[in-house]
Amino acid sequence: MAPRKKKEEAALVETAALTPALETPAAAPEITKIEKTQFSRERMDSVAHFVYKHVNSIVFGVLSPKMIKKMASAKIVTPELYDKEGYPVDGGLMDVRLGVIDPGLRCKTCSSKLKECIGHFGYIELARPVVHVKFVRIIQLLLKATCKECSRLMISQEKWTKAKSHLERIEREEGPEARRLAVKALIEGAKSGGKCPHCKAKQAKVLIEKPTTFIEGDRRISPIEVRARLEKIPDDDIELFGLNPKTARPEWMILTILPIPPVTVRPSITLETGERSEDDLTHKLGDIVRINQRLFENINAGAPEIIIEDLWDLLQYHVTTFFDNSIAQLPPARHRSGQPLKTITERIKSKEGRIRHNLAGKRTNFCARTVISPDPMIALDEVGVPKIIVMKLTVPETVNEWNLEYLKKFVANGPGKYPGSNYVIRPDGKRKKITDETKEATLEEIQPGYVVERHVMDGDIALFNRQPSLHRMSLMCHRVKVLPGRTLRLNPAVCNPYNADFDGDEMNLHIPQTEESRAEAEVLMEVQTQLVSPRYGLSVIGCIQDAISGNYLLTKRAVMTPELAMFILASVGVTDFTRIHGKKKVTGKEVFSVLLPTDFNFTGASRNGEQVIVKNGNLIEGTIDTKTIGGEGEGLLLRSLHQHYGPEITIKILHKIFRMGIEYLFNLGFSTGIADEDLPDEARAQINQLLTHAQEDVTQMIAQFHEGALEIFPGRTMRETLELKILERLNKARNACGQVIKSHISDANQAAVMILSGARGSITSLIQMSACVGQQALRGKRIEKGYRGRTLSCFKRDDLSPEARGFIIHSFKQGINPKEFFFHAITGRDALMDTALRTPKSGYLYRRLANAMQDLRVEYDGTVRDANGRIIQFSYGEDGIDVSRSESGSLDVKRIIDNTE
Amino acid sequence: MHKDLEEYSGKLPPKILAEIEEKCPVSKIKKVVKKVYDEYSAAQVDAGEAVGLISAESIGEPGTQMTLNTFHYAGVAEMNVTMGLPRIIEILDGRKSIATPQMEIFLKAPYNKGKDIKELALQIKETQFEELVAEYALNIVDLRIEIKLKSDKLKEIDMTPGAVAKALEKGLSNDAAIKQAGDTITLQLATKDETKALNSLYRLKEKSKEVYIKGIKGVSQILPVKRKEEFIIITAGSNLKKLFELEFVDTERTTTNDVYEISEVLGVEAARQAIMDEVFKVIETQGLNVDIRHIMLVADTMTVSGEVKGITRYGVVSEKASVLARASFETPIKHVINAALKGEVDQLNSVVENVMLNQIVPVGTGLPQLVSKRAKEEKQKEK
Repeated sequence: MAPRKKKEEAALVETAALTPALETPAAAPEITKIEKTQFSRERMDSVAHFVYKHVNSIVFGVLSPKMIKKMASAKIVTPELYDKEGYPVDGGLMDVRLGVIDPGLRCKTCSSKLKECIGHFGYIELARPVVHVKFVRIIQLLLKATCKECSRLMISQEKWTKAKSHLERIEREEGPEARRLAVKALIEGAKSGGKCPHCKAKQAKVLIEKPTTFIEGDRRISPIEVRARLEKIPDDDIELFGLNPKTARPEWMILTILPIPPVTVRPSITLETGERSEDDLTHKLGDIVRINQRLFENINAGAPEIIIEDLWDLLQYHVTTFFDNSIAQLPPARHRSGQPLKTITERIKSKEGRIRHNLAGKRTNFCARTVISPDPMIALDEVGVPKIIVMKLTVPETVNEWNLEYLKKFVANGPGKYPGSNYVIRPDGKRKKITDETKEATLEEIQPGYVVERHVMDGDIALFNRQPSLHRMSLMCHRVKVLPGRTLRLNPAVCNPYNADFDGDEMNLHIPQTEESRAEAEVLMEVQTQLVSPRYGLSVIGCIQDAISGNYLLTKRAVMTPELAMFILASVGVTDFTRIHGKKKVTGKEVFSVLLPTDFNFTGASRNGEQVIVKNGNLIEGTIDTKTIGGEGEGLLLRSLHQHYGPEITIKILHKIFRMGIEYLFNLGFSTGIADEDLPDEARAQINQLLTHAQEDVTQMIAQFHEGALEIFPGRTMRETLELKILERLNKARNACGQVIKSHISDANQAAVMILSGARGSITSLIQMSACVGQQALRGKRIEKGYRGRTLSCFKRDDLSPEARGFIIHSFKQGINPKEFFFHAITGRDALMDTALRTPKSGYLYRRLANAMQDLRVEYDGTVRDANGRIIQFSYGEDGIDVSRSESGSLDVKRIIDNTE
Repeated sequence: MHKDLEEYSGKLPPKILAEIEEKCPVSKIKKVVKKVYDEYSAAQVDAGEAVGLISAESIGEPGTQMTLNTFHYAGVAEMNVTMGLPRIIEILDGRKSIATPQMEIFLKAPYNKGKDIKELALQIKETQFEELVAEYALNIVDLRIEIKLKSDKLKEIDMTPGAVAKALEKGLSNDAAIKQAGDTITLQLATKDETKALNSLYRLKEKSKEVYIKGIKGVSQILPVKRKEEFIIITAGSNLKKLFELEFVDTERTTTNDVYEISEVLGVEAARQAIMDEVFKVIETQGLNVDIRHIMLVADTMTVSGEVKGITRYGVVSEKASVLARASFETPIKHVINAALKGEVDQLNSVVENVMLNQIVPVGTGLPQLVSKRAKEEKQKEK
């Protein structure tokens, strides 16, 4: 009673779901006794929370003709689809016994309505047997290996027993494919004499011609003959090939009866004009039935053999393309428009096929998607949801005695007034829409046992996601905060894990519908539980951008009046000012310290290598920057807070730190402009000198090269050595420019503040803007391509000078000349190409890794095993430590020692 | 070991115990080890954790940030090696031949001081006949090739013309008779077939160019480098098996970047370590941060079966028990057909199949199940 093979993909799954005792055929008769109503959709909905059926296993096999007949509810005899009234013809492909796809009709087999009836199989009796394309190779192997006369395996008895154990070993170790190859080798060796060892009959070679024809010697063998031979092969011999004779008798691979998939698998679409457009499969089946009828008629009329053969071949073609329409040797069957038909194989295969698109990937209700925008005022674990969305998404709440009045208020508000409700579900599973008209009646009606689908409100649990979901942090649980506007809002501090920005990114929101899912989301997926990345054991979420610059400026040397300090702290949400009480002047460090717990100790370093010391919650020394409060594996202070106080407190402190950075900047004023890239005259002069110096050096090197006096690096040619030396020299010059710039910038320069605090930009980008863009490198070399011996037509041939090979001596602010612009465009294009090529490559690598490793899990005994129970590791990572609970992948023993008295 | 530590010897990993012993003053060892043990227990993975998927994510996610630049110069005195994403793909594919094989040869004590390093390196480099030839002279009438050898080159690789002739004999014995006199080697064509003779003469000339003379096969370039206090030799091309036969090579530290070769020569365990090292090296040079545990798990899945298997449909994925899991990866039709022939039963105990059937997935919170006695059975027992 198992679903068989892939002949019908959707139906396979459907059948599976409806056949609970799949692996125990003995239980099968019982199922039929179960009342039909038990399978109805209504009933299933009403008990949706209760898992009452469970598929234990699925058996794969080939359908036998007997089985096909048994599972069929109609025999299809005519290619006609509908009669004059547009009603499905009896015995036609759209027969009502195969299921219903029209509203109003009832299925003749199970007497249920549209959407309740999952469809039933039919069958066609083929006038002549045809070969199933997908089994051609195994059939050939069987024909080759068995005697044409006695159908016995052409191996003598004693060899056979010996071979059997050998083959079993191969199969165990290398799989069925290797086994089949071994069988092939065995057969080749056995029939060297070309005679059957049992009956001594002479054998001929069996070849496949094109997709489905078998040739023996120089004679074509018809499927009838093939089938007859396959029938005679004893079960024991079949097992040798790795086939299971119970599920796959070889003669079943030659079709005498063709199953017709239910109409629900191939629904027709009614166009606006009222015309019906049939599914590709229906078209194909129509062809098969038509040719089959003609073949029958011709055979009965005693037509000449040639005509019958031709029709037979045509039938074979249609059946073949019904299974697979993309076989290399066959012209694909086409629509009248010329576009190839999508038949069974095409339906299953590839990314858009049934398996990857519909089975391994699911779609959900209760979700929303829009553009995102930042809101630093909402908490990190909140998500701002606009009202229009909130009034469409709902949370189901079951009515009981205690919440009856509470829920009635939602019903009374109806769908149009927030907070209202959209649907009420009766205990029998009927879903009722609430409208202004039905509101009163529903209000009267509801009682314990009903379910009210109320609007989402503040504090409800939601899952928030941004594609590509490469991480587990790409889908986190937030709490809803209803906000005006039309975008989803998130705290900019959680941009990192989602890899989101606000240049038009869209994100998805899901509302879990059951208690279990809500509990799981809250416990396992909330933002605070995801603070530490399982990739490297450090904080992923941290301050970004202005929050870092702000804290940097605040803690560097800011001194302020207590009033200002209190104002900043108050706007961050601090109400306890005792720590700055009574001071005449408050330093930024003191203000920052207010946010830290009083028993917090931390030693770390800032970006420039200075020590950052926090003692008893006071920032004593050092400046706060990315290294202490940043995200993505940087903020060590955050990691330390997490270690000591847990996620809840950390996330609150982080939010305050973030807000304080911004508040301080609000107060101070912070902006960058083109003037930030200005250099004082002396710096300009120094840089010019550095660059001319470098150019002179390079000219000298080139001269040396032409004289052949250049000292060669080991393993390189002189030309290569020159290139390397030039690259090195020019890089050195640019880095020297960086040193000059560094010595001339101060905190007054806002661009410099961003760079020094690690908030944005790098010293390289500042060099490029104000001093010199530098060498444009293509694949690690200077630019060489272009004309013969030169990069642009304006250069002399074999000009090796920096400016002829892509060195941009100007800065972006000075402006770059056309030649330089061209070189810059080359590398720019190259970088663009790199990203475009990398994305699919790394995507595929990721898919492969995920697929290969998705079922590895830690067992209760601490071992890592795969789905077969095979041990991959005896202890996860050799010490069983969960990376997301470690500090950068290990236990910080030193910290423990220091903290122990 | 301190006696307070001994107590924990089975409970804590030796690495941590050693660290405590080294850094902790004896007075507080007892307290410290207790605290360490508490934190260690708290940091253990939960049962059911889908560690495989976490590892896949941890390697796949930074993959999008890696550069595609195939070649990478790690300084002036290094060789070209495949780096970045292509290298990771290459390793995880479990390829048998890689784009840029490379060996790092460490030398035994007296040799690694840098004296005669060039000579040692030259012994390793493969020399083909072509490099020794000063001049070819084709004698068409007698079907003979007369070859003059470069004597300075011969001296460099420390060989006599006689030895070269012997090596040639090995490579060309079927095609020609070899005679040697002084610096000249004569190849007399073996075939007597006049019609094809001229062609075969030219072919012989080309064939002779590639004949292996000396050194280690496959090593096309050598580069002696000073690393820390000693000299090592970096090569392009890899052949560990032959290399280990040389007496001056430190076989314990010498490695190659060819994982497959390591598994052949040194075994799977070494290959597992090599996969970890190589992947980690790439991730490190890209400036990314991935915990070694994730790479370790990938290396382990690739090598559990006892040989290196790639993360491909022919490798690791093909070993899955579940038909649907295999079908959901690649070539679904093939897998379903084969399953039908074999009459396979999918026990539905991994992830995707259950996703397909809308059932609870057996990892994480889906793992625990309630076990309860049914009232009916109880009653029957009582009777």
